[in-house]
Amino acid sequence: MIRFAWLQFRMQAAVAAGALAIVAVVLALTGLDLAHLYDSTIASCAAHHDCSTATTDFTDTDGPLQVFLDFLVLAVPLLIGMFWGAPLISREFEAGTFRLAWTQGVTRTRWLAVKLGLGAVASAAIAGLLSLMVSCWSSQLDHVNADPFDSLRFGVRDIVPVGYAAFAFTLGLTAGLLFRRMLPAMLTALVGFVAAREAATAWVRPYLFTPLHQSLPISTATPVSIDQTSPGIIKAFESIRGVSLPDAWVYSVQIVDQAGHTPTASFLSRACPLGNYGPLNPRGCTARLAATFHQLVTYQPGSRYWPMQWYELAIFLSLSIVLGGFCFWWIRRPVI
Amino acid sequence: MIEFQLDTTSGVATYLQLVQQVRQALQLGILEPGDQLPTAQQVVAKLAINPNTVLKAYRDLEREGLVRPRPGQGTFVVRTLPRSDPAVQGRFLASMTAWLRQARAAGLGPDDIEAIYRTAVRNSFAEGAA
Amino acid sequence: MTVIQTNGLGKQYGQQWALRDCTLRIPEGKVVGLVGPNGAGKTTLLNLAVGLLAPTCGSITVLGGHPSDGPAQLEKVGLVAQDTPAYAGLSVAKHLLMGSYLNANWNQEVAKDRIDQLGLDPRQKAGSLSGGQRAQLALTMAIAKQPALLLLDEPVASLDPLARREFLQGLMEIVAKHEVSVVLSSHLIADLERVCDYLVLLVASHVQLAGEVTELLATHQRLSGPRRDPRSLPSSHEVIEESHTDKQSTLLVRTDQPILDPAWTIKPVTLDELVLAYMGQARNPSPGRRSGLGVVS
Repeated sequence: MIRFAWLQFRMQAAVAAGALAIVAVVLALTGLDLAHLYDSTIASCAAHHDCSTATTDFTDTDGPLQVFLDFLVLAVPLLIGMFWGAPLISREFEAGTFRLAWTQGVTRTRWLAVKLGLGAVASAAIAGLLSLMVSCWSSQLDHVNADPFDSLRFGVRDIVPVGYAAFAFTLGLTAGLLFRRMLPAMLTALVGFVAAREAATAWVRPYLFTPLHQSLPISTATPVSIDQTSPGIIKAFESIRGVSLPDAWVYSVQIVDQAGHTPTASFLSRACPLGNYGPLNPRGCTARLAATFHQLVTYQPGSRYWPMQWYELAIFLSLSIVLGGFCFWWIRRPVI
Repeated sequence: MIEFQLDTTSGVATYLQLVQQVRQALQLGILEPGDQLPTAQQVVAKLAINPNTVLKAYRDLEREGLVRPRPGQGTFVVRTLPRSDPAVQGRFLASMTAWLRQARAAGLGPDDIEAIYRTAVRNSFAEGAA
Repeated sequence: MTVIQTNGLGKQYGQQWALRDCTLRIPEGKVVGLVGPNGAGKTTLLNLAVGLLAPTCGSITVLGGHPSDGPAQLEKVGLVAQDTPAYAGLSVAKHLLMGSYLNANWNQEVAKDRIDQLGLDPRQKAGSLSGGQRAQLALTMAIAKQPALLLLDEPVASLDPLARREFLQGLMEIVAKHEVSVVLSSHLIADLERVCDYLVLLVASHVQLAGEVTELLATHQRLSGPRRDPRSLPSSHEVIEESHTDKQSTLLVRTDQPILDPAWTIKPVTLDELVLAYMGQARNPSPGRRSGLGVVS
């Protein structure tokens, strides 16, 4: 059965390998240049005390390629689910070839096991290799950008794409088995995968670990903004961008005093009277705030990056296993 | 080697047609003792009939003593059919012609004569086989 | 030894019964014609026999085993499914390779000889084969695994007459060469008489007739004679079909007793006539005739 599954899979494997090879070549060539650029700009900029231009120059290099690679790693699991997973079994039903396949000398369960196993492993391998290459290539850029938990970037680096690909493949295959039609299966793979990724990003990832808190003083450089949302309601905000916690995932920043209270509207109207374009005296406003208040930062430290990657990988692999188990149960019911 | 034909419209059973064709071939001298009959496989590959039909026909011919199977080699003709004497045939043709003249004089048409002939042949050979 | 044995076999889809009260004992070594109009349950019966479907009630035993018993059972039965499906992207040779990978008893020589004899190009993709060629490929795959039972679901229905003839020639050659029982389903009766020696007639999900062809033909007669009430016939004569004019009655009768009444003219029945009569009977059962099985042996 394994040899037969390989017989049917050979062409697709060749295409995937070819595509990966092309990507590898492109990354190898551009990656060397990128490394040289890093050495000549960033590595030496600290000595010149002028890293801002060097940083921008560096991070802007190969801009379109960066975008493309991120998009590629993002899209590959979805494509695998839609174009490998979904058609695998649904096509057999649509063409009637299941009547040929299921009357040979292999049981349906073995047939499914090999196709599911081979496909899931291949999907994981391809996504894994691609992610490895792109992560390596981007490593210095990522280091300079210092935002590893960015919701887009987190999903296209390191090991989570492996889980996504295995899940997408298994989801597509399950849909194909259930619906027996290719288009509904592809649609289910698309919608299901996107929904799962969104759900994981918005509702699971932030709650995997309890975030830490840290108090930082308000300095003159802290960009505080005062907003009058309506008469009598004034609030003080501090942009997350102003917080300097590199490699951390900052959930929120609040301006609070020792007791944890935010500045009252009356305090703000005295300390930071507003003009048409914001506080009339920004420096004075900041100084007055700094006397009583500080920043309370809620965040995940950079050290939690890898545990989060492993957790998310485990979640998606578990989902794949559950779906796979369901498929095995479903296929034992002899129904056409 | 003899080649069988099949007439699906004649109403005669397939295996009987095969038997008849072998007998006719023997009578006409197309088949002689020592000749091999086509194998069941060869016959069905051309006629698309059930192999058991061929085997049944060959068994009937064997029972009549006309053919004998040689294991591993095929079925072979062992005896020829007596070709009837032309003089004998001539005598019966004459008596039949006389009978026909009488039947027509009595008012029987070709269909009546045909019906009588078929019934008589059927009854006579059925008796003979029993 | 029976190749297919069913007891009260039934398959229900929602409210519809595709097959019902099916009790058969099909002996080995026969070419069985499974006849009936479309939707009568032929495909359902064949699918039950290979384990693609599970019964709703009753039981089915194939070659002494349960259809879904595992690889050994699957190897014993070859199926040529309706529309002879094949993998459009795989070549003929790759199909044979598939057979060799998936079947323990695969005989590559038989397969290759047949492909050569048929003049198929091994490198040609199955998607570009004609209907007749695909049917021949499917038949090759089914027989090369050396099954004891070969099931064919309307294999010639969509073929032109020449392809149909060639397919049946090939099938009969296979039967002559290998020891295999065949069940061939069709809604076309014409080819069956020369090919089948056992008949199963399915109409409206029920078995109407089952038995050896010679037995069936010997026990059915067509009687014609002066107008008579069929109920006046002895009870050993079962009237299957009747038609009357004001002066004449024609009956199709099933009996194993000789017809002694000299008023009747007896004519032999062909298989087509027999099947048509039973099909008509199933559609419009006449009062007084018990409906259901006309099973012989």
